[in-house]
Amino acid sequence: MFDPQTLPLIFASLMGLSILLYVVLDGFDLGVGLLFPFATEAERDRMIASIGPFWDANETWLVLAIGLLLVAFPAAHGAILTALYLPVAVMLIGLILRGVAFEFRAKAPVAHKRPWDAAFWAGSLMTALSQGFMLGLYIMGLRWGWAEIAFASLTAVALAVAYSFIGAGWTILKTDGALQIKAVTWARGGIWGVVLGMGAVSVATPLVSPRIFDKWFRFPEIVALAPLPMMSGLLVALLWLSLRRLPTRDDSFAWFPFAGAVTLMVLGFFGMAYSFYPYIVPDRLTIWQAASSTEALTIILVGTLFVLPVILCYTVLAYVIFRGKATKLSYV
Amino acid sequence: MDTLLLSRIQFGANISFHILFPTITIALGWVLLFFKLRFQITGAQKWMDLYLFWVKVFALSFALGVVSGITMSFQFGTNWPGFMETVGNIAGPLLAYEVLTAFFLEAVFLGIMLFGAARVPVWVHTLATFLVAFGTTMSAFWIIVLNSWMHTPAGYELRDGVVHAIDWFAIVFNPSMPYRLAHMLLASGLTVAFLIAGLSAYRALRGDRDPATATGLRFGVILGALLIPVQIVAGDMHGLNTLEHQPQKVAAMEANWETRGNVPLVLFALPDETLRENRFELAIPSMASVILKHDPAGVVPGLNDFVAADGSALHPPVAPVFWSFRVMVGTGVAMLGLSWLGAALLWRRGADALPRPYLHALTAMTFAGWIATLAGWYTTEIGRQPWLVQGVLTTEAAVGDVAGGMVLSSLLAYLAVYVLLLAAYIGALFHLARKGSVFPAAPALQPAE
Ligand code: HDD
Ligand code: HEM
Ligand code: HEM
Repeated sequence: MFDPQTLPLIFASLMGLSILLYVVLDGFDLGVGLLFPFATEAERDRMIASIGPFWDANETWLVLAIGLLLVAFPAAHGAILTALYLPVAVMLIGLILRGVAFEFRAKAPVAHKRPWDAAFWAGSLMTALSQGFMLGLYIMGLRWGWAEIAFASLTAVALAVAYSFIGAGWTILKTDGALQIKAVTWARGGIWGVVLGMGAVSVATPLVSPRIFDKWFRFPEIVALAPLPMMSGLLVALLWLSLRRLPTRDDSFAWFPFAGAVTLMVLGFFGMAYSFYPYIVPDRLTIWQAASSTEALTIILVGTLFVLPVILCYTVLAYVIFRGKATKLSYV
Repeated sequence: MDTLLLSRIQFGANISFHILFPTITIALGWVLLFFKLRFQITGAQKWMDLYLFWVKVFALSFALGVVSGITMSFQFGTNWPGFMETVGNIAGPLLAYEVLTAFFLEAVFLGIMLFGAARVPVWVHTLATFLVAFGTTMSAFWIIVLNSWMHTPAGYELRDGVVHAIDWFAIVFNPSMPYRLAHMLLASGLTVAFLIAGLSAYRALRGDRDPATATGLRFGVILGALLIPVQIVAGDMHGLNTLEHQPQKVAAMEANWETRGNVPLVLFALPDETLRENRFELAIPSMASVILKHDPAGVVPGLNDFVAADGSALHPPVAPVFWSFRVMVGTGVAMLGLSWLGAALLWRRGADALPRPYLHALTAMTFAGWIATLAGWYTTEIGRQPWLVQGVLTTEAAVGDVAGGMVLSSLLAYLAVYVLLLAAYIGALFHLARKGSVFPAAPALQPAE
């Protein structure tokens, strides 16, 4: 039914889609966690309320992404995850702390609330840093030299800042009053980190790999690629301008920083995807070399094509049900 | 230290921690739906109070289940790359269907179930509750299918050392799947029954006279009393099925060394693999033959049939399988005694007048389901060794090429986190129970007219 040439391509796109959705969606709730130390106790409750109904589903995109890597590209899966053993372990422990702190801070005795808040922040930080670190190492071809580690440390910080930025954008969108004003100042600080991070990745990527250098600066592709950095630059400028005006009196444009941050992430993602295609393990394994058997991929694809639209529908439904400003969370 | 051993310990620790929480959420989802429907039908406040209390436990357990589950899905790649490389064509689709049909369903509707009551009509909220319960059960279904296939593989062929699917129906409905699934779902029901009974008994002991406490107590005891006989029958059938497909496992469970008739049921023994016999054996004559063959003279395979020509064992380590099996069955018998005694007491005296020693016993059994479930899984999984996929892939062949030191450091970190979280979880449950039934009024959840 599907031929062995297109199947791996379809699965690479599906995996890309779920990574992108994960980074954007869990990005904002991890970002909210990263901003915790700057908020007061009451503000924290409100911030938690803004992500409470979503975080679990957001995280599920990571499970899908890793699942697709595992099922569609078994050879790459082992190679990538064993190379990233330690950062993966740090991320998992971070995700554990973050996820449970969420529940415990509301259910444990009041005296334990502060330590759980600290765990929430620490878990978000561990997750963001280790994901950024893995990204850097991946760009560097999954090698563990000093230069690679230094670069990965840079991307670790950059991704954490990017998450805080999108988290601040989310807070601007979902809250009002003093907290919203605070979130605008957080976003003003964060945008510089985003610029720095995207800049560093863009400069380093072509330098690390001659293949990518060639792909970027080859005529005529360079013409087709040019809009990517130009749009990003324009977007940063618009974000900067809007952040100076926000919050507006009638709350118009409160959506803009969040939408802008999402768009930036999408642009960055496509830049990355373009650079690495057709490799899944950089410069070592292509998506065709790593793909599993055609029968196995077909049986997954059939299910995916039915189920994924349904998942997207009820995900949207959840965001519609919980639209508007976040109020206090309660189980009734 | 040895990467294989460390990876096995780490996998065992991670999945043992994970399974604790699904065991609760699988059945608790349906129990919550029941409470909610009872409230909608009767309008009695106590059902709403029960719902509001147990939905908190559900949310907490769910969060722990999700985060520990994510650890599980990464481990295949970080520690057992050989697993996916060999059986990925079967394990992959099964895991993918679990994510697609179950995880997203539960995760999205959980948000609506927990926080959406004031924002959606009552029926949507009920539907969300149903979908969450359904989703957790679907997760259990898919993962049990995979696990059962690893015990009794079917519907596949080997080409160049890689497993390829040829018959998906045979893969999904592999020989041990129905038994394992039934046994696991019942285990979940029992775990929840004793959890509810235990925490309610604890509240009653502290003088909580709320009608919701008495109702919870009655509900837990009766659910336990109903499920445990079914579980024992299901367990027996499960064992007979295992005898057919993995006789070496049953031989280890019974610590039976020789193939013979009139095999005694060993109650206590120290199985010794160097001597290849039991020390300090205490046994009921011919009883194992009766249970396994329904005939005192029935011949049951023994461990000595599973020894390679060079003398190395082709059967699992005997003592852990033998003992964990006894812990499970022992817990099951204790559950039977306690819940039936409770049912009799409820009949004669009512839920408000249960004797204090009985309430203490129930409180002590709050987490009995966990103990039986873990013991059962240890029996099953250690009993499959040295195979990872019976007859297809050994555990040794699947392990990843990672430095032992790295595995050791991640293992220690996980263990520290698990101990902390387990203490916090149990502490939070009893804290919630002490806070009792002080709940805000629930305007959005008034019964439908
Ligand atoms: C509340 C939990 C609980 C209770 C009370 C019991 N079990 Fe169980 N048992 C499980 C929970 C469990 C489990 C955790 O769900 C296992 C592990 C894997 C599986 O399929 O079910 C299991 C495995 C398991 C196996 C291993 C099958 C295999 O490895 O292929 C056997 C033979 C039994 N059980 C038999 C029994 C008997 C005869 C019981 C009578 C008292 C019993 N179980 C009580
Ligand atoms: C949920 C309850 C489960 C528990 C408590 C459990 C426990 C264990 C334990 C203790 C071992 C180690 C056996 C030994 O090394 O002697 C093991 C092995 C293993 N089990 Fe399970 N298991 C469970 C379910 C599953 C499921 C659902 C799967 C697969 C889908 C699975 C896959 C494995 C694998 C890959 C190993 C090999 C690694 C190893 O030997 O440690 N297990 N399990
Ligand atoms: C190797 C084996 C396993 C893997 C890889 C695994 C993976 C996962 C993952 C990734 C999640 C999180 C889903 C989310 O994001 O919502 C999860 C949750 C869950 N798992 Fe597992 N799991 C395993 C074993 C088991 C077993 C043995 C059972 C039960 C029989 C089980 C039942 C569940 C359930 C019901 C959930 C829903 C969350 C909850 O109720 O806590 N899993 N699992």
